Amino acid sequence: MQNLKPILLVEDDHVDAMTVRRAFRDLSITNILIRSVNGEEALNYLSNEKSPKPFLILLDLNMPKMNGIEFLKIIKADDRLKKIPVVVLTTSQEKRDVVRSFDLGAAGYMVKPVDYARFVEIIDTVLLYWRTSELPKQDSPIADAEVQAAATR
Amino acid sequence: MPRAKPILLLEDDIVDASTITQTVEDLKVKNELIHRTDGELGLEYLKDPSHKKPGLILLDLNMPKVNGIEFLRAIKSDRELRKIPVVVLTVSKYEKDKFDTFGLGVAGYVVKPVDYDTFLESMNTVIQYWMWNDLVDQERQERKVENAKL
Repeated sequence: MQNLKPILLVEDDHVDAMTVRRAFRDLSITNILIRSVNGEEALNYLSNEKSPKPFLILLDLNMPKMNGIEFLKIIKADDRLKKIPVVVLTTSQEKRDVVRSFDLGAAGYMVKPVDYARFVEIIDTVLLYWRTSELPKQDSPIADAEVQAAATR
Repeated sequence: MPRAKPILLLEDDIVDASTITQTVEDLKVKNELIHRTDGELGLEYLKDPSHKKPGLILLDLNMPKVNGIEFLRAIKSDRELRKIPVVVLTVSKYEKDKFDTFGLGVAGYVVKPVDYDTFLESMNTVIQYWMWNDLVDQERQERKVENAKL
């Protein structure tokens, strides 16, 4: 179940990352939150066979080395990674960033509010939405065979 | 607040379409809900320049003529249309459908519950989520149907 899988947070700002952790704690979210400080580190994490794959990625846009847009472009071109939903969490309200993110296949674009209570509300909504939404299983060829077997039974 | 782009609903089943319309009304969504009954008519709507482009598409999978997967394939290969987030609303729990639709870049896959209250709750979650994305406009005081927290 996606409920047990980790969530990957790609965020360079320590204070912002701590705020996400705090929101997780306040909402009693039990999924492990893995944090990468930029797109490059996140890609290293995702391409390591041993790392548990996240069911959701929370992505900041303005980061050093590899920014959020570059990261999105790479993972959405990767067949193994492109099915993981990516929700942009940013302070950028620029129309250009919104359009580019959706164009590259982001599954959400949330502007980080200054107010903590509102931020918690957003995290709560995002998590609830991605628990309501079904997701494909990671090892899908096997799952497909199972489904077909079940259908012909 | 958003410039209230419409929401496009593609659903061939009349009962399901009216249930979805009802939930959207009950949740006090201000966006106009445009309904088309298959993928072909959906594409026709989207390709007509005189029509307002939707901010969000709610997509059923099993439809006549152009089905949900074919529709997705068509809009995700269109430079302009692929920017519109698509949420699948379906009865299909098939792994293949989830695999294919996420492979095509959907922004959510909600299995329609049979019970209206549960459906309303799921729709509420969908509406809240897209409201924070600034794509759905809702009367603020109606933000309830409190979500059970873990």
